[in-house]
Amino acid sequence: MSPESAAFVTGVCEALDNDPTRLLDILLEVEAQFGHVGGEVMDLIAETLKVPRVQVEGVVSFYAFLHSEPRGKVVIRLCNDVIDRLRGADRVAEALEDELGIHFGETTPDGLFSLEHASCIGMTDQSPAALVNDVVVPSLGSSKARRGIQVLKEKGDFDELQKLLIRDHGDGNNAHPLVRSAVRNNLRQPGAVIFGPKTKPGAALERALAMSPAEVIRELKTARLRGRGGAGFPTGMKWEFTRAAGGDERYLICNADEGEPGTFKDRVILTERPDLVFEGMTVGGYALGARQGILYLRGEYAYLRPLLEHVLEERRASGLLGHDIQGKPGFDFDIRIQMGAGAYICGEETALISSMEGKRGDPKTRPPFPAQEGYLGKPTSVNNVETLCCVARILEMGSGWFSSMGTPASTGTKLLSISGDCSRHGIYEVPFGITLREVLEMCFADEPFAVQIGGPSGQMVGMEAFDRKICFDDLATGGALMILGAGRNVVEIAAEQLRFFVHESCGYCTPCRVGNVLLLERLEQILAGNGEAADLDYLEQLARSVKTTSRCGLGQSSPRPVLSTLENFREEYEKLLIEPVDGQLASFDINTALGPAKALTGRDSVHFEQQGGER
Amino acid sequence: MSDRRIAFTIDGRKIEARAGQTVLEAAEEAGVYVPRLCWMKGLTPAGACRVCTVRVNGRPQSACTQPAAPGMIVENDTEELRELRRDVIDMLFVEGNHFCMFCEKSGACELQALAYRFGIAAPKYPFMFPRRELDASHPDIFIDRNRCILCGRCVRASQELDGKHVFDFVGRGRDKRIAVDAEAGLGDTDCAATDRAIDACPTGSLLRKRVGFAVPVGRREFDRQPIGSDIERPAAAE
Repeated sequence: MSPESAAFVTGVCEALDNDPTRLLDILLEVEAQFGHVGGEVMDLIAETLKVPRVQVEGVVSFYAFLHSEPRGKVVIRLCNDVIDRLRGADRVAEALEDELGIHFGETTPDGLFSLEHASCIGMTDQSPAALVNDVVVPSLGSSKARRGIQVLKEKGDFDELQKLLIRDHGDGNNAHPLVRSAVRNNLRQPGAVIFGPKTKPGAALERALAMSPAEVIRELKTARLRGRGGAGFPTGMKWEFTRAAGGDERYLICNADEGEPGTFKDRVILTERPDLVFEGMTVGGYALGARQGILYLRGEYAYLRPLLEHVLEERRASGLLGHDIQGKPGFDFDIRIQMGAGAYICGEETALISSMEGKRGDPKTRPPFPAQEGYLGKPTSVNNVETLCCVARILEMGSGWFSSMGTPASTGTKLLSISGDCSRHGIYEVPFGITLREVLEMCFADEPFAVQIGGPSGQMVGMEAFDRKICFDDLATGGALMILGAGRNVVEIAAEQLRFFVHESCGYCTPCRVGNVLLLERLEQILAGNGEAADLDYLEQLARSVKTTSRCGLGQSSPRPVLSTLENFREEYEKLLIEPVDGQLASFDINTALGPAKALTGRDSVHFEQQGGER
Repeated sequence: MSDRRIAFTIDGRKIEARAGQTVLEAAEEAGVYVPRLCWMKGLTPAGACRVCTVRVNGRPQSACTQPAAPGMIVENDTEELRELRRDVIDMLFVEGNHFCMFCEKSGACELQALAYRFGIAAPKYPFMFPRRELDASHPDIFIDRNRCILCGRCVRASQELDGKHVFDFVGRGRDKRIAVDAEAGLGDTDCAATDRAIDACPTGSLLRKRVGFAVPVGRREFDRQPIGSDIERPAAAE
């Protein structure tokens, strides 16, 4: 390592007070500078922060956006979630491999390009999509991919990636000078709450500051606001617990680690309504008695960070953040942005907190719950982006206004992220209680065969569920709706979703780390034409074990693609099954099994001929 | 009588816990064995292996991390939970490469002992046969990751009992593995043969060199009696 490089690393650490809890930020900056975090650099960081080296290595090896080996100057990360693949991501992948002469997971010999896959990057409404370093390239066809590579190779200068790759900017703030992205909002149907008329920054806060913190919380309870991330926990109650936990330090965290495949609502909120998010956070700061708010922004949305920082600056300048906010003596609150680094598990609130503390993104043991001991051991409330927007609007417009929308137990509106086989992908803000059928008509889904509700950790339902309602008591969802048209192979889709969970499991507990791999193995056997009737019972039983014994929400919901497709689309599995011949295991092929032994000995088996496996 | 006792039941049996005790600890004191692997007396519980899964008021929880609370109804030795635990143990067997007949830890291995206790002759899941690295760089200790079940007992014991930080996890999901606090290997760390972290390993993944088979197979802890026998006592007459 050159002295300059070493000085850079120690400088980054120094700028964050050599604070080990900021390890993730340090590693992200080092990675951005060198393209990877090598062994020597890990040693230096460990020494500077006075933490064991293996701890640094543990963190580097946890996150998809951190690497211990050098990669190309340009890293192309093609999204390979279900919807992207249904819409041709595999052809794009072939084009990229062909154009660059490398496979995924490799770097070109000249060290310029690397190809990687990414779990959902929040662009399923404009898929296939890829991240080229920080730049989002949506609506990527194979010819566009080839052209892009050719342009990059010709120019050979990657400082202006954005200019080279992006010609037309998206709508709204996507064209903002601080964003300049090709992403489109695809806001198809604004509703009254989130995407209603923009209001003056500070309007909700003014109302909140006229009340006591307890009154603010009561207002949320009266509005019967429930968390929008999917679980639906009453927000007022969460804040009450956090406030009651005592101590003089508390934290409010906005979970903008939107990682559930097929979900992209927070992307659009952060692009078009950042003020509303920060307003809700500031109200939360007041209600909780927190002085610090943190927005945990997923690494895939790094392109929005300059805009968000700008909005925060504006709010500081107009007295909506900082000391004695809006003239309220003693009400001090500020917000910082914490970048994530590519780990779906960090959307789980305790894993998110681990990650913010500079650790591996492992979920924490509960109890204690974050409301008692959260970030840095202090009482913490973690709230979804959409929930915090609702908070701001409830304070501004009143709980009665809010609860007049939706159903009695699911008040207000819900943002749906709709993608897949329909002609109008995008964001729909709908009142709770709307039926699935109405939604499908709204987005022009012509021949819907199945709908994946709530992403892979939700459930896949068929036509018999189309009259069910979207609300917490019926079809509860964080908002992702992936529509699958006639002819789609639901077993293949379930396998794809299992691949996602296998990739994203943190590996902390046995059933999630191992069980998901086993579920995927059997699904792949069935898809390869080796499945038998007994395999369906095997899958069901294994799925139940994983669901029941897993430590956190990831493992408790990862078997749902299998369980819900087995429940709702059993005949799709049955079509793929075969009758075993003479009681033999269909998946067993003697010549494949003998392959390694034959290769080692350099001769064929005496008993089993090379061809056909005659016995 | 002055200290507050927390009364609850396990499989209908009345148990009294002291404040701060977990379900597992309280059960153990009362003579009820809750099968476990990643738990070790004196270490912060991790809830990682899930072998100690019980139902608390109907909800699945790891007994090692669940604080005892008054009136809770705990299910432990039910057919459902025995089946779930068998599944978890099976998963640990197929995930690694466990060849008990050649293993120095045979008879003293908690994973093997649990399999015997649960009557597992062969796992029902397909073996994964992973390629795992060995580390023999230390003069007195070797690591055989083939037998590692990622329980994290060495990680915690090194920190909590030895005051070091020799071991930790790297990678995630199926690529998660035990690593040591040096790029080169265990030999470059401050790990010593006397470290309690070595004894913390429930399997034969961490072993001392040159002392193998000091106690012959057949005369080892779990050769004599099934794992958990030292804990179990019949319920006191009421």
